[in-house]
Amino acid sequence: MKEHPDAQYYIRGIELPETEVSTDLEPWGETRVVGKPLPRVDGYERVSGTAVYPADLTLPGMLYGAILRCPHPHAMVTAVDVRRAAAMPGVRAALTAFTPLDRATRPHADMIRTQLFDPHCRFQGEAVAAVAAETAYQARDALRAIQVQYEERPFLADERKALEPGAPQVRDSGNQAGETQVYQRGDVARGFAEADVVLDQEYRNECEIHTPMELHGCVARWDGDRLTLWESTQGVYNVQMQVAATLGMPFSLVRVVGHYMGGGFGSKLQTSKYSVVAALLAKTTARPVKLVLTREETLLAVGNRPASNMRLKAGVKRDGTITAMQFWGSGASGSEPAGGVSLLDWPVRDTYTCANVRTELTDLLINAGPARPFRAPGHPQGAWALEQMMDALAEAIGMDPVALRVRNVPTVSQARGNVPYTSTGLRQCLEQGAAAFGWDAVRAEIARQGNRGTVKRGVGVAAGLWVAGGGGPPSTAVVKIFADGSVNLNMGASDIGTGTKTVMAMVVAEELGVAPDAVEIEHADTGSTQFATGSGGSKTVPTESPAVRAAAVDVKRQLLELAAEELKVEVSTLTLRDGKVVSTQDPAVTRSLTELQGLRRRRSLTGVGYRGPNPANKAVTPFAAQFCEVEVDTASGEVRVVRFVAAHDSGRVMNQLTYQNQVFGGITMGIGFGLTEERVLDVDQTGKMANLNWHDYKLPTMLDVPADMTCVPIDPKDTECNATGAKGIGEPATIPTAAAIGNAIYHATGVRVTHTPVDPLRLVAALAERGEG
Amino acid sequence: MPRPRPTADPAVITLEVNGERCAVAFAPHKTLLEVLREDLDLTGTKHGCELGECGTCTVLLDDAPVLSCLVLGLACDGRRVRTVEGMAEGARLHPLQETFADLGAAQCGYCTPGFLLTAQALLDANPRPTRDEIKAALAGNLCRCTGYLKIYEAVELAAARLRGEDAEPARETLYGRR
Ligand code: FES
Ligand code: FES
Repeated sequence: MKEHPDAQYYIRGIELPETEVSTDLEPWGETRVVGKPLPRVDGYERVSGTAVYPADLTLPGMLYGAILRCPHPHAMVTAVDVRRAAAMPGVRAALTAFTPLDRATRPHADMIRTQLFDPHCRFQGEAVAAVAAETAYQARDALRAIQVQYEERPFLADERKALEPGAPQVRDSGNQAGETQVYQRGDVARGFAEADVVLDQEYRNECEIHTPMELHGCVARWDGDRLTLWESTQGVYNVQMQVAATLGMPFSLVRVVGHYMGGGFGSKLQTSKYSVVAALLAKTTARPVKLVLTREETLLAVGNRPASNMRLKAGVKRDGTITAMQFWGSGASGSEPAGGVSLLDWPVRDTYTCANVRTELTDLLINAGPARPFRAPGHPQGAWALEQMMDALAEAIGMDPVALRVRNVPTVSQARGNVPYTSTGLRQCLEQGAAAFGWDAVRAEIARQGNRGTVKRGVGVAAGLWVAGGGGPPSTAVVKIFADGSVNLNMGASDIGTGTKTVMAMVVAEELGVAPDAVEIEHADTGSTQFATGSGGSKTVPTESPAVRAAAVDVKRQLLELAAEELKVEVSTLTLRDGKVVSTQDPAVTRSLTELQGLRRRRSLTGVGYRGPNPANKAVTPFAAQFCEVEVDTASGEVRVVRFVAAHDSGRVMNQLTYQNQVFGGITMGIGFGLTEERVLDVDQTGKMANLNWHDYKLPTMLDVPADMTCVPIDPKDTECNATGAKGIGEPATIPTAAAIGNAIYHATGVRVTHTPVDPLRLVAALAERGEG
Repeated sequence: MPRPRPTADPAVITLEVNGERCAVAFAPHKTLLEVLREDLDLTGTKHGCELGECGTCTVLLDDAPVLSCLVLGLACDGRRVRTVEGMAEGARLHPLQETFADLGAAQCGYCTPGFLLTAQALLDANPRPTRDEIKAALAGNLCRCTGYLKIYEAVELAAARLRGEDAEPARETLYGRR
C-alpha cells in the first residue's frame, strides 16, 4: 500500500520494534468484563475536583511565564526592547529573538527549523518574546512594557487568492506548500462518458478551531540537567522527543508527565512552542515556571481545521452505478506547511465503489495560525462534499439516498490497491441505522404532509469511513501482579478524556479475573511508563488494548505455570477467576492467588506485552452512517437539529458508555462544524481574527444539541484486525454529521447550502437566491 | 535568594468556604476564581476563558451560581462560597457527582465542576426540572467532549434520587439501541 503522501505523522508507517510481538492471542469469545457499560475507573477524581491538571500544579518557588505575540498578520520584528519590562517588580527573565539563548535555529515543530522567536512573524499570534515573573499579573504587565518595533508587511488572509499574480508572499518559496498531489485510478473521462447523469458542484468549509475547555499549558522544572514538564498533552512521548530535540538533550533527561488533561481533539498531539519557552524560562531563572496560554492565544496559535475549497464532479448510471468521480481540493495550512489538505480526498477515494477516480489537492499558505490535526483531518470536509453529492445523484436518478449508498458499499479498499477490509459494517450501518431512525416512514410522512409552513421539516443521511482506524505498533505495556493478587498496569498512553484507562483496566480484568477498579494504573509519564504513541486518530484503543492484553496474558501464563506445578495438573486445564486459579475441568481444583507459594516467594510477577503488526495486505477501517432530522425556519434561517441516530461499525465495543460518549461528543462537534463554528478573518482590512473569544466563536451549547440522540453499535466481530477486535470510534463519530445535516436542510427546503457553517445568514441568502424566504 | 511575592497591599476578607469560615489575604485585584485557586488551594474550580463565556469557573455564591472569573474577591467579604470540593461529604459523593461519574457525563472532566454546581443550584430550587428547564439552566456551561446528552441524563437521574426515588439508569442509556 502506498501511504497517502500527506498522511499525518501519527498514521505514517512506523517501523516495527525489534522485540518479539505476541501474535498468538486467540480472539475473545464471550467476554465477562469487556463491552459492559462500566463507569470510569477515575470517575471519582474527575467529579470530585481532586484530579490535578497541569494548570492546577503549584511548585515551591514557581514563577509564571507569559508570551508576547505579534498583533499583525505579517511583520518583521526589527527591535525588541525589554529593559523597562525586565526592571519591573517581580520580573525574573525576558527572552527575545535577540537574547543569546535564542540565537540558534531550533527544530521546534515538525519540519520547521527557525529561531524560537523568529523575527519574521507570519501570523497574528506568533511568539515574539517571553517573560517569567513572580505572579501571573506581573508577567502580563511586563509583556505590555516590552517595546517591539514591527515592520508590517502585506498580508494574505484568503487562500483563494494565494496563487493570484501579485499576491503577498507568505514564504520565500511562495504560497503553495509542496506540489499539487494527484491521485488517479481508472479513467474519469471514460467514466463520465458512461454515465447517465453527471453533476458538478463546488463546496467550501470555513476554518474550525479545536478550543478544548482546558487551556494549553505546562509547568517546567529543572533538577540540574534534567527537565520535567507537567504538560496538557495527548502524547507525553511526542512532547519528550520534540522538546529534547529542540533543546539538544538526550530523551532520557526530559521527563514529561500528563496524567490529566482537559481535552485536545488533535491540538495537543504535537508539541507547541510554549513548552520549549517554559523550559528555557525555567532554565534561565533556575526556578520552576508555569506557563498557561490565554483563550485568545489558543484561538490563534495552537492549530485549527483548515478552511477547505472543494469541487466534485460525479457520474452515475440509472441503476445506481457510480461511473466516475473527479475531485479538486485546496486548503490553507496557515503560515507554514501543516497539512492544509490533509486527507481531504480520502472519503472520495475510498467510501464507495467507483472504478474511475481522480483527485487533485493543493495546499496553500496564508498569514494565519498553522493548522493541526483536528478530529479526523480532512474527513468531515471531504464527506461534506461527497455525501451531499451522493444525495444529489440519488435524486437525479430517482433512487432513495440510503439505497444508492448501500448499492455502492465497497468490500475492498480501492484507494489502497483493492486490499480487502478486515471487516466492513457499512451496509449494516446504513440499513440498521435507517431502521432505527424510521427512515422510510418519516420520509413518507413528510411527503404526505407537504411541508407547507415557514418551518420546514427534513431528514438526511450521510455515511463515512476513517482512513487511520486500527492503530498499529509500536506500543509496550507491562502488567504486574503482586503476592496479594492485586494488579498494576503500566502504559505510556494518555487518557485524553475518552476513557483509555478504563478500557485498559477492563482488558486486564478480562484476562486476570479481577475487578477493573482493582487494577492500579500508571500512565502517561515518560519517566516511569512504557513507550506509547500519542492518543489521537482513533488509534489509542486499537493500538494499546492488544499490547495490554498481551501483557496480561503473559503474566497469566507465568502464574498458571506456577500453579500447575503446585497443583500437579496440566497448565492448559487452568484459568483465573475472581482472584483464584481454577480448573476448567475439575471444580475441586482451586487455589487462591495468595496461597500460591511461587508467587509468595517472588512477591510479584511481571508480564510484558507488545503491539504486533496489523494483518498484512488488509485494511482496518471503521465505518459509520448517521441520520438526522431538522427543522428549518425559512423566515429566520435558523436550523434546529431535532434528532440523530448514529450507527457505527468501529469493531468491538470495548465499553458501551465510553463508546456512546465518543458518538454523542462527535455528533455535537459535527453540529458545530456544520452550523456554528467559523474562524472569521478580516481578510480585506487588517488580516486579523475578528472573533477571538467564545462569545463570537460559537460552540454548540446545550440549547443547540438535540436531547434525542441514539447510538446503534454495529459489531462485525472482526477477528482479524487485532487481538481485541476494536477499530476506533473517536474520529468516525464526527465525520458524517455535518453532511447529514446539509442533506436534511436540502430535504426540508429544496435548497443546497454548500458552504459551512450554515448559519442563518448563509441559509437566508441561499433561500433568497431561490426566490424563497 | 529572597523571593519577594506581590507588592500590592493585600486585601483581607472573611468568607465561608464550603461550610467553614476563613480569612484570606490576597492581592486586591484578584478575581474570586484566582483567590480560590491560588490563595485557598481549591483547584477543583477550573478556568476556560476568564472572560465569562464558558461557565467552567462556576461556583455558588450565597447559593446562586456565579462565574467566579467575573467576581472580584473583594466583593465576597462575609459571603458563602461553595466549590466542587464542598459537594461531597468526606469521600461520599453528592448524588450529582455520582451520576456524572456513573453515566459518563464527565469525560475529560474539565467542565464538570462548573456543570455540577450549576446543576446543584437548579435542583435545590427545582427538584423536578423538565428537560427544557435543565437546558435553560445549563446552557451557559460549555462542554467540548460529551455532547451534553449524558449530562441531561445524569442531572435527571440525580434529581430522581434526591427526591428519594430508587432510580436506575435506563437500559438505552447504558447500551444504546439494539
Ligand atoms: S472561566 Fe469564567 S466563564 Fe470561562
Ligand atoms: S467533559 Fe471535557 S469539556 Fe466537558
